[in-house]
Amino acid sequence: MSRTTKVSIIDYGIGNLFSVLKACEYVGMNPEITNNSKVIESSDAVILPGVGAFKDAMINLEKLDLVKPIIDFADSGKPMMGVCLGMQLLLTESEEFGSTKGLGIFQGVCKKFPIINPLNNEKVKVPQITWNNITVPDGINCFKENTPLNGINNNEHMYFVHSFYADSVKEEEVLSTTNYGGVEYCSSLNKNNIFAFQFHPEKSGQEGLKIYRNFKDIINKTNESRK
Amino acid sequence: MKTIRIIPRLDIKGPNLVKGIHLEGLRVLGKPSDFAKFYYENGADELLFMDVVASLYDRNSLHDIISQTAENIFIPITVGGGLRTLDDIKQVLRAGADKVSLNTAAIKNPKVIEQAALRFGSSTIVVAIEAIKQEGGKYFCFTDNGREYTGVEVVDWAKKVQDLGAGEIIITSVDREGTGRGFDEELINEIASNVSVPLIVHGGAGKKEHFKEVIENCNIDAVSTAGVLHYDFIKNNRGDMSGASEGNFDFLLSGRSVKNLKTTTIKELKAYLSEGNINVR
Repeated sequence: MSRTTKVSIIDYGIGNLFSVLKACEYVGMNPEITNNSKVIESSDAVILPGVGAFKDAMINLEKLDLVKPIIDFADSGKPMMGVCLGMQLLLTESEEFGSTKGLGIFQGVCKKFPIINPLNNEKVKVPQITWNNITVPDGINCFKENTPLNGINNNEHMYFVHSFYADSVKEEEVLSTTNYGGVEYCSSLNKNNIFAFQFHPEKSGQEGLKIYRNFKDIINKTNESRK
Repeated sequence: MKTIRIIPRLDIKGPNLVKGIHLEGLRVLGKPSDFAKFYYENGADELLFMDVVASLYDRNSLHDIISQTAENIFIPITVGGGLRTLDDIKQVLRAGADKVSLNTAAIKNPKVIEQAALRFGSSTIVVAIEAIKQEGGKYFCFTDNGREYTGVEVVDWAKKVQDLGAGEIIITSVDREGTGRGFDEELINEIASNVSVPLIVHGGAGKKEHFKEVIENCNIDAVSTAGVLHYDFIKNNRGDMSGASEGNFDFLLSGRSVKNLKTTTIKELKAYLSEGNINVR
């Protein structure tokens, strides 16, 4: 029997995990929604989803004793993907409700979108709830191979729902950028086998599903090389 | 430049997709899942399901349709109709919806907006406003698909729901709905100039030009539409409804087409808007 791609979708009591689960199943992964650190440790990959408030999410992760298992998993070299709030949680801190410490896997701070566009003084609708473009960072021709964005067109539309964005990130870890409300910000991050997306690939149609398919390929490759 | 979303609206009565005029006189057009799948593949940016009789009969018949849809459709799904309590909302989100749309329950008890926004996040809570112009030229909110007068003025209500934490507002012009006479830009602009949350407009689209006009003339974020898309789809896809029992099938069986609409697909509509320098996916 061929080995299945066992993916833990971390359940910390926030957000709708259903669509992440369905997208994983649709592309042929074997996902499980869990908050059990043993299950997480033994899986081939981890997805940290999430919608909602940063502080509540961190409190829940701490209550469930999931902070260390997630950081350990990130250090293990096995693939990991953060989506939406799940991306923000991987950063150093958030300015939501004063300042809240994050998991610190990527350097960066979550900032709120300005309510006035600094370029044209027009009102900005916050949260951003729309499809928006993801752009290849300056100086590169296309999205990096060996990442889930491999083969996605430059400026492809993805579906975004958020009020906070990643700021002060390391330039070399930026996988894509996006413009909203006069701010050009980092909409996906990558280092080693860790990926983070501010948009929802599981809500971004066929192109979003490509990201899940690519993630599955990365998991399989990693499994091969660890044998 | 912002991306304008095109959101097919699927009115559901029992197991069927239906379409009316002024939200009444509902005709059965087919199976919701056939329409949903086609629109997803044809470039819909989101789907809006409305259980159009739920608030009359206090029933939530949508759960099965939603969970089936969410199995293989990977765009945002908004669900409305008959949702009254936080628990109703939770059930629909569990079934696979991403957002919920509230109208009747919100007007009866505005606090539910605040509670729902706190619990599920503002971006999950959409408030639907069904507007009818009254003598004297003022627009008032109605509930139960345009049947019940509330005495609440639309602009006051729009501002209030924004303050209570609604993440988006859907404005339906009941006067225009199903008529194909174009959007009610006066109504839309009154609301658009008073709120800053994203606005979805609905009611009156009869041809592609209507979409372009409302996007150019009003500060809106999305257009929701039913008739021009549904009647185009069924030109080539009259589903087999032979096992079906509930509802008015006369139109489907007659083989007639509609005269007041120049129908289109989402793909054609988006190509047309793109040519007019409107940013769409």
